[in-house]
Amino acid sequence: MNVNPTRMELTNLKRKLVTARRGHKLLKDKRDELMRQFLELVKENKSLRERVEKAIAEANKHFSMASASMSEESLAVSLMMPSQRMSIEVREKNIMSVKTPVFVPEYKFADKGEIYSYGLAFTSGDLDEGVKSLSEIMPDMLRLAEVEKTCQLLSSEIEKTRRRVNALEYVMIPDYEDTIKYITMKLDENDRSNTTRLMKIKDMMLQTSQRI
Amino acid sequence: MYKLAVLGDKESICGFACLGAETVSVYDTASAKKEFKRLVNENYGVIYVTEFYGEVLREEISLLENAVTPAVILIPGVKGNTGKGMENIGKAVERAVGSLILD
Repeated sequence: MNVNPTRMELTNLKRKLVTARRGHKLLKDKRDELMRQFLELVKENKSLRERVEKAIAEANKHFSMASASMSEESLAVSLMMPSQRMSIEVREKNIMSVKTPVFVPEYKFADKGEIYSYGLAFTSGDLDEGVKSLSEIMPDMLRLAEVEKTCQLLSSEIEKTRRRVNALEYVMIPDYEDTIKYITMKLDENDRSNTTRLMKIKDMMLQTSQRI
Repeated sequence: MYKLAVLGDKESICGFACLGAETVSVYDTASAKKEFKRLVNENYGVIYVTEFYGEVLREEISLLENAVTPAVILIPGVKGNTGKGMENIGKAVERAVGSLILD
């Protein structure tokens, strides 16, 4: 760093170094905790996703069977007017000062049977199966949305924190240390040169006084 | 109060209508982009997008990565699972940890 080698600069730098060290420790703790939570969530995310993808594939199989055994129009009509309405409430959760969403589903009708928006007489059983398997996986899908979003938010926060930790650890702190060392050396050197000069002057004065 | 939407081709998403989710069927890139933009601007909490259209809308989705809502979640469509959703988890891990540690 480009500074004047003065005592004031030295005290300032020492104070800055202490702050930097403390910040580094705090950020490192933050990073470690974020990482711990992140890894747990990623594991959950992965298993949830596997389950959801399997269930959707299953449901899609039923739907294609249904569309094979029913006419296109009657299938479209059956699914055209859904009676159930779903909305979600979003709450915020704070993980190490990262805001993450929590989704709570709200249904217009509490009755789970409301998902069948069609008469059972003219539709294929496969359609029921498909709708049923989708409704069973819906809570998991919401949880997946929550976890996956949280993972994304956490990962970008971890990246940011890691950058800060590294900047402090490998750039700022060594820089401060080097500069402090440089100033101490320079000051010590000044001291020494001062002492030798004084000694020299003392010698010269002694010699002149003797000569007189 | 937030809403929930499913965006994709008609065959993949018709089932979700019964559950009370809003289904938005799209058929090409332009309509997908238009509808997605509309969903983002209105207050939707979660948008499920089929993997195929997830690829089409990749830029738009990546813009939303740091927003709390909406959460854009990829789901497999009727054409089968392409593994795109799993890939995204891997990407998040790579970004956070620095290397891919999931097996």
